[in-house]
Amino acid sequence: MSKTNISKEHAKYLNKIKKRRRYILIVQISILILGLILWEVAAKLKWIDVFLTSYPSGIWTLFLQYLKNGNLIYHVGISVFENIIGFTAGTLLGILIAIGLWWSDFWARVFDPYLVVLNSLPKTALAPIIIIWIGAGYSGIIVTAITVSIVVTIMNVYSSFISLDKDKIKLLETFGATKFQILKKVVLPHSIPSMISTLKVNIGLSWVGVIVGEFLVSKAGIGYLIVYGGQVFKLDLVMMSVFILAVISALMYKIISIIEDKFLKWNE
Amino acid sequence: MGKRTMVEIKNIGMTYHTFNGETEALRNMDFHVYEGEILGIVGPSGCGKSTLLSIIAGLIKPSTGEVLVNGKKVVGPTKDIGYMFQKDHLFEWRTILQNVLLGLEIQGRVKEEDVKKAEKLLETYGLAEFKDSYPRQLSGGMRQRAALIRTLIVEPNLLLLDEPFSALDYQTRLAISDEIGLILKKEKKTALLVTHDIAEAISLSDRIIVLTKRPATIKDIIEIELTCPGGEWSPIKCREAPEFRHYFNKIWKELDVHV
Repeated sequence: MSKTNISKEHAKYLNKIKKRRRYILIVQISILILGLILWEVAAKLKWIDVFLTSYPSGIWTLFLQYLKNGNLIYHVGISVFENIIGFTAGTLLGILIAIGLWWSDFWARVFDPYLVVLNSLPKTALAPIIIIWIGAGYSGIIVTAITVSIVVTIMNVYSSFISLDKDKIKLLETFGATKFQILKKVVLPHSIPSMISTLKVNIGLSWVGVIVGEFLVSKAGIGYLIVYGGQVFKLDLVMMSVFILAVISALMYKIISIIEDKFLKWNE
Repeated sequence: MGKRTMVEIKNIGMTYHTFNGETEALRNMDFHVYEGEILGIVGPSGCGKSTLLSIIAGLIKPSTGEVLVNGKKVVGPTKDIGYMFQKDHLFEWRTILQNVLLGLEIQGRVKEEDVKKAEKLLETYGLAEFKDSYPRQLSGGMRQRAALIRTLIVEPNLLLLDEPFSALDYQTRLAISDEIGLILKKEKKTALLVTHDIAEAISLSDRIIVLTKRPATIKDIIEIELTCPGGEWSPIKCREAPEFRHYFNKIWKELDVHV
C-alpha cells in the first residue's frame, strides 16, 4: 500500500519489524564470520591439527588457484551438468509415470507395493549395479541421480493428482470434457505447486546421486575432488569442494524458488 | 405458462455396488419437468438427490429406466444441461474471466465474441471489475455468482442445481438465492433445484418433489402458488406470502424427520 499516509503508530510498528529482521541477518552473518575467524585462529595457534582440519585461508588460496588454472570450472561444470540432467529427467520421468498411474487405476494398484518397497530402499545402494549396467561415465552417474529422485516424484505427484476434489472433475465432465482435457485443464494445473516442491526436493536428492556416482567412478566432478582429496589427505581440497557444493545447491534452490513465485502468482 | 414438458424421468432406479454389498439409492422415479419452471427436490439427507441429478446430467447410467430431454434420450453429458455444485469449484489458478470461459474452452470454441459475451455477463452480474482477479480475492457470494455465469455462458436449456447455496453463510445465502432465482426467471431457464432447505425450496420453486428416505421414491409433488406481496416475483419477497407457512408445515410433515 501507499507509504505516504501511515499513522505514527504504524510507522513505529514497521520500524520495529525492520529492526528485528536486520538483527536476525546480522547475527546470521556474524555466526559465519566468527566461525571462520575462530577456525583460522585455532589453526594459526596450533590448537588444532591443520593436517586433519585444514584452515580457511588455506582453502581460499586453493580456491583461487583452482579458479585460475580452470580446474574448478571444469569439475564444478561436470557435476552441475550431471545434476541438472539428473533432477530434470528424474522429475519429468516421474511426472510422466504418475500421469500413467492416474490414467489407469488398474496399473496404479498393480505397481503400488513395488513403489512402496522402492521408496523405502536407499537408492544409493543401487548405484554400483547401475554403474556396471550403464557404464562408468557421465551416463552411469546421471542414471544414479535419476534413480534417487524418481520414486519420490512419482509418489508425491500421484498423490497430488488423486487429492483433487472429485467434483472438479465432475464439473468438467458436465461440459463434456475428455479424459485428456481433464488431465490438461484441472489435474495438471492443480498439481503444479506439488510438482515444484518436488523439484526443490529433487535438486538435493539428485546431488546425493551425483556425488555417490562420482565417488564410485570418479574421473571428474566435485565428488571426484572430494574422494581424491580424501585419499591423498589434502583436506584443503575436500573442504573447498564441500563448501562449493553447499553454495551451488543453495543457489539452485533459490533459483527454483524464484521460478515458483513467478508461476504461482495466483497463490499469493 | 404453456406447459410443455421438457424433461421426462421414466422409471429411474439406481443401485450402487461396493465390495461390502449393494445400496439401492433410487427406486421407481417417475416425473417430468415443464419448460421454464423451477422444480425443487427436497428429501432427507443422503437419500440420493445428488445421484438423481448426476443421472439426469448423463454422468452416471441408471440401473433401470431412462431420462428424456426434449424427447431425446440422455446417454452422456450434453451442452444442453448445465450443472451447479454446492461449492463453486472455481479454479484457483485461473482469473475469473478464464474461469467463466472454461466450459466454452472444453467445447473448443472460445472466439472473440465469446470473450465479449463473458465480459458482458460479468458486468450484468456485478463482477466486471473482478474479471482479472483470482478466485481467492472474491467473497463466497461473488464466487458462486461467477460459477453461475460459467454455467450459463454455454447456454444450457436445463440447469441442475445441486444445493448451490449450502456452502454460503446465511445472509449471503438469502441474497444469492434471491439473485439467482431472478436470473433463472429472467433468462427463462428450466431448473431442477436440489436442496435440504425447505424455505429455500418453497421460495424459489414452482413445484416441489418430496422424496422419501433411501431408497428414494417420490412421496409427493406439491404445486407452489404464492401470492407474493407487491405483485413482483422475487424469492425473498415470496417468503412473506401468506401461504408460505402452510407449505412449510406440509413439507416438514412429509419429510417425517426423526433425530
